[in-house]
Amino acid sequence: MSKSVPSRRVALFVTCLVDLMRPRIGFAAIRALEAAGCEVIVPEGQTCCGQPALNSGDRDHAAALARRTIEVLEGYDHIVIPSGSCAGTIRCHYPEILADDAHWLPRAQAVAERTWEIMAFLDEVCGWRPEAARCEGHATYHDSCSGLRELGVKAQPRRLLKAVEGLTLTPLAGEETCCGFGGTFCVKYPAISNAIVAEKAAAIAATGAGLLLAGDLGCLMNMAGKLHRDGSKVRAFHAIELIAGMGDGPAIGEDA
Amino acid sequence: MTGFKTRADAALADPVLKLAVERTAGTAEAKRALAVEAFPDFERARDRAAAIKDHVITHLGHYLERFEANAIAAGAQVHWARTADEACRIVIGICKAAGARTVARSKSMLGEEIGLPHALAEAGIGRIETDLAEHIIQLADERPSHIIWPAMHKTREQVSALFRAKHRAPHEEESIAAMAESARRELRSRMLGADVGISGANFLIADTGAVCTVTNEGNAELSLVPPRVHVVTAGIEKIVPSMGHAIPLLRLLARSATGAALTQYTTFYTGPKRPGDRDGPEEMHIVLVDNGRTAMREEGLAEMLRCIRCGACMNHCVVFRQIGGHAYGGTYPGPMGAVLTPALDGLERSRDLPHACTLNGKCQEVCPVRIPLPTLLRGWRERSWREGLEPVSARWGVGLWASIARRPRLYRVVAALAAGSLRLLGNRGWIARLPLGGGWTRHRDMPRPEGRTFMAQYRKEKRR
Repeated sequence: MSKSVPSRRVALFVTCLVDLMRPRIGFAAIRALEAAGCEVIVPEGQTCCGQPALNSGDRDHAAALARRTIEVLEGYDHIVIPSGSCAGTIRCHYPEILADDAHWLPRAQAVAERTWEIMAFLDEVCGWRPEAARCEGHATYHDSCSGLRELGVKAQPRRLLKAVEGLTLTPLAGEETCCGFGGTFCVKYPAISNAIVAEKAAAIAATGAGLLLAGDLGCLMNMAGKLHRDGSKVRAFHAIELIAGMGDGPAIGEDA
Repeated sequence: MTGFKTRADAALADPVLKLAVERTAGTAEAKRALAVEAFPDFERARDRAAAIKDHVITHLGHYLERFEANAIAAGAQVHWARTADEACRIVIGICKAAGARTVARSKSMLGEEIGLPHALAEAGIGRIETDLAEHIIQLADERPSHIIWPAMHKTREQVSALFRAKHRAPHEEESIAAMAESARRELRSRMLGADVGISGANFLIADTGAVCTVTNEGNAELSLVPPRVHVVTAGIEKIVPSMGHAIPLLRLLARSATGAALTQYTTFYTGPKRPGDRDGPEEMHIVLVDNGRTAMREEGLAEMLRCIRCGACMNHCVVFRQIGGHAYGGTYPGPMGAVLTPALDGLERSRDLPHACTLNGKCQEVCPVRIPLPTLLRGWRERSWREGLEPVSARWGVGLWASIARRPRLYRVVAALAAGSLRLLGNRGWIARLPLGGGWTRHRDMPRPEGRTFMAQYRKEKRR
């Protein structure tokens, strides 16, 4: 940890969903990373990691997107992503997708080894804790599946959130149970997805918390969208927003 | 047959089904968690179990031949069946040669897989299902909805009504004990009068030629020992080298399935009745069934052959918990069924199954033999894509998305347009109805984009 170099050069991969739907998460990520002493670079050529193609079975397009994302993300000390599922795609699946390609496999592995989910990175690599973050509120936290099971993201966000002043965290019953998003699953099998997220929304409501936090925007949009349709007043944020001290901003679905 | 979505919709609309599934799977989930916690080193046990299965699957031919030789030495007759039809023909042939009018069957998913109940009916042979849940299924003329609890889809209230309608001397008192007694009255005398007993196998022990069954009701023992002939149908992947290898798998099987340390009855059958034995069948036949397993091993599904049929993957599956087992439409439901059914029934008929999964990974997390179920499901999705089975809309959608995502400049323009137009659809932060996005907005609202894309905002900020 006691490196003499001034800072870590970190490439931020914001993800296509954050880029389109909620740029605040990207800015919160930059703020937290800089507070943790990182030099943050947002590589120009980044788009989508290719997960929709991978999970649809379109391996050729998944490989094409993997190759170009590797080109964009090579050469940094670390690649940090505010999403467990996109980080999981790069870290766990790029080497699988390119396993038969002697030229690309080592490059995929090199990028994979340096890729981190943001909260795991801040906690494990930087050993950082938020110092000036405040957010008066009562929150509950949902563990998104890919981050949890592919990357072992579980304790890190809780450790970081504990340092947010004024925030209390109530455990969510079934916090490790999938919310029913599943990428394209939620639009391919909407009725099943709805039944799953309806139970999740009920579990969230039962905590009595006013805030819902998680580490993946897809899951958050699914749960927040269901809660809003149900008339719930629960407000949803990406956990990094609170960790970066941006919990006073608009929640998902609130106009700025 | 109706499609998967129709069946799933029907299941979702059935609150009694949901109650029934939740009662059993919920209890199983809680009890398994306790059993795993109490186990000294569950993760190492899983590693060992997976290694045992991988070893035998790699050396399947070797261990099957050893099993055959040892089973024959113990006095059993061994038959080989390449397909489901061949397996049924062999079993029916044995029954006919024995002059059987009725057979007692001890629950076997392989029997369901090869269509044995149907084959027996066609041959005019009476079938007595001796497992309590299979008995319920037989009375209701249904198919199993779970590999451990075939009647999981029924509540005890529904079972009570069924027994009252069908049993000769049904229970009077409304209690589970009285219902079990009613089934016992109905079954026992008929079981003991059966000419042939048919079972599956949980394990085949190569170095002794023994067949192992596990039950909680003792029905296997009662239906296999008294009849003159015992027929075993077993998938070839059930083989283990020795008793010493079966035990660690048994320890994981019961805990993963029900949370119990061991099943009530664990029996090893080695050959038929020997001279001097007080009871036992005069003939023992073992039908070793391939039915696509060798092909699975060659076609990238070798890991699926580790499966010991505990049902933990389905008990913990968010999709199974919503739709139950029948909606899957195959012999095996849940995550393991979504991998097996395309192999057994053809991908074209079952392409929905590998897709009707959120890839959340819970099944892999609980699998006692570490089957990478999400990876195998993705494998089927890839094959479906390659073989052109995916709908044109999906192919176009993903293809278009990918070709835009490969061109960052174009991507920025498209993302900016998307952000702008989505904002127009929203009302105070939320979109209630999304053109082409009905799958989402039928059930939930869509937050509208915050404003300009991240990349646009970031560039502007950097220029400042």
